[in-house]
Amino acid sequence: MNICVLIKQVPGSEAQFNVSGDGSWIQETELPYEMNESDNYALEEALQIREQKGAGEVVIVSLGPDRCQKVIREALAKGADRAIHINADAPYNTDPYSIASALANAVKDERFDLVLSGLQSDDLGFGQTGVILGEMLGMTTATLVVGTEVQEGKIKVKRELEAGWFQWQTMDLPASLAIQSGLNTPRYPSLKGIMTAKKKEIKKLNFVDICNVDELQSFAGLSVQHAEKQTEMIEGNIDQIVNRLVDVFKNEIRIN
Amino acid sequence: MDILVVLEDKNGRIHRMSLEAIAGAQQIGSECGLSIGILAFGKNASALGEQAKQYDVEEVLTLENEHLNDYTADGYADAVANVITSENPTYIFFGHTYQIRDYAPRVSAKLKRPFLNDVVSYKNESGKPVFSKQAFNAKLIAELNPNSDGHILISFQSASFSSDNIQSGSASLRSISIEIDASAIKTVPEDPFQEAAGGVDLSSAELIVSIGRGIGKEENIPLVQELANVMGAEIASSRPVVDSGWLPAHHQVGSSGQTVAPKLYLALGISGAIQHVVGMKGSKNIIVINKDPDAPLFELADYGVVGDVLEIIPKLTKALQ
Repeated sequence: MNICVLIKQVPGSEAQFNVSGDGSWIQETELPYEMNESDNYALEEALQIREQKGAGEVVIVSLGPDRCQKVIREALAKGADRAIHINADAPYNTDPYSIASALANAVKDERFDLVLSGLQSDDLGFGQTGVILGEMLGMTTATLVVGTEVQEGKIKVKRELEAGWFQWQTMDLPASLAIQSGLNTPRYPSLKGIMTAKKKEIKKLNFVDICNVDELQSFAGLSVQHAEKQTEMIEGNIDQIVNRLVDVFKNEIRIN
Repeated sequence: MDILVVLEDKNGRIHRMSLEAIAGAQQIGSECGLSIGILAFGKNASALGEQAKQYDVEEVLTLENEHLNDYTADGYADAVANVITSENPTYIFFGHTYQIRDYAPRVSAKLKRPFLNDVVSYKNESGKPVFSKQAFNAKLIAELNPNSDGHILISFQSASFSSDNIQSGSASLRSISIEIDASAIKTVPEDPFQEAAGGVDLSSAELIVSIGRGIGKEENIPLVQELANVMGAEIASSRPVVDSGWLPAHHQVGSSGQTVAPKLYLALGISGAIQHVVGMKGSKNIIVINKDPDAPLFELADYGVVGDVLEIIPKLTKALQ
């Protein structure tokens, strides 16, 4: 079972953003970067599947500038076997379709049984890349995956639906699965893992060389979210506060 | 038609977020001079079609096909791509539901047309709609520029439009059919099931009462439950409440939980860490009650009360009874 894991490096959740002067991109310097949260779960799921099956490779594919080497090494230290780094400089392409097309070209000769990705990235948040890649490679696809069972030539996955519902589905391999956070407990790299990661292969490609389609969409402008709202502070004694809250419920928000 | 709204079936009724997409289509259609059609498909296509024709749109298409009775990403993507090709709408609107996230990217890839997803706002630029989504942990907003003249797929985040604003009318019904290659469906779904009793539909809840560390202890949860019952609200929480084991994980809102956008988000004793805020900042009305006047969540509040939640909750419950 050969598994590809798509890993993205994103600004950490504590990052404060400044938009560049022309609104085209963020100012990237000084931002704290980390592995995208759901990608970490996808990686763990891949490592666990490989451990159950006892054979095969886990290959990391990551797209972004040089700084991505950090999360690639982290993934290799946790147990992935090798990596493909597709170099792209900021302000990079934001279009999931052209990104998926570059990824498809990067892995087309690899014959992966599974492609695992995080459900969506914390930076752009499209949540499309893994699905489009699956479609391009002729794979079955599933998102919001919270459980996996590999079978002969197939994989059975548990998907999260809305409203606390779930569903199992059996899919032909090869398959591309977008993994929901929380389905497993991601491991930490061991010291030995960190040492051996330094010797593992990272193949380098350039985005511009392997993306052969036009962008379907782009960010036309970035701005800081609207300033904080006007807040009405409700004051008084407890009965006055409760009366005003009931009034707001009934007459302003209009709940029944 | 210029806009095709694709409905999602929720047990024989139109999904709440599809209704919001219809409301959005009506607003954008009237402001930009665009005509609207609606597509109902799947095993409940005719029931959904009957419901949809009561709205002010040009026409409602219904599509029944044995291969669309159960949801599969392969089958649904194939069907919707087919209908788009034959009906040729400029825009295709969806609610940004879990099902849409699952198959709409494949429609985009099949047609080589953009899928602008998780859209939260729209503006009319000289008769042309321009759509925006949140980015970078919801701290920034990005305008999306589609590189296409037509067949542009758009999904709207919950509460981007209000289904209260849907205009009634009487649309014509048209039954359509397509060929689906059954051998291309390589997914076999089983029946949906609920994991635990009382699963929580936070993403489509209208009213949410959400609790944080400020609720103090697990023994206070029933107080909140009573308030939620009186309001007809769902209970949600921030991460510390789940980590403490006071509520199951599926109540959690935020970056590692659910994203919600209800009409009212009543935050009780939640300070407002960014990991929580990203999951609820799209709420239409936010009321924050916290005894700490410096709680960052007050910055997002429409209404704020600096006070003791344990004192206010029972009185509020009583007043609403």
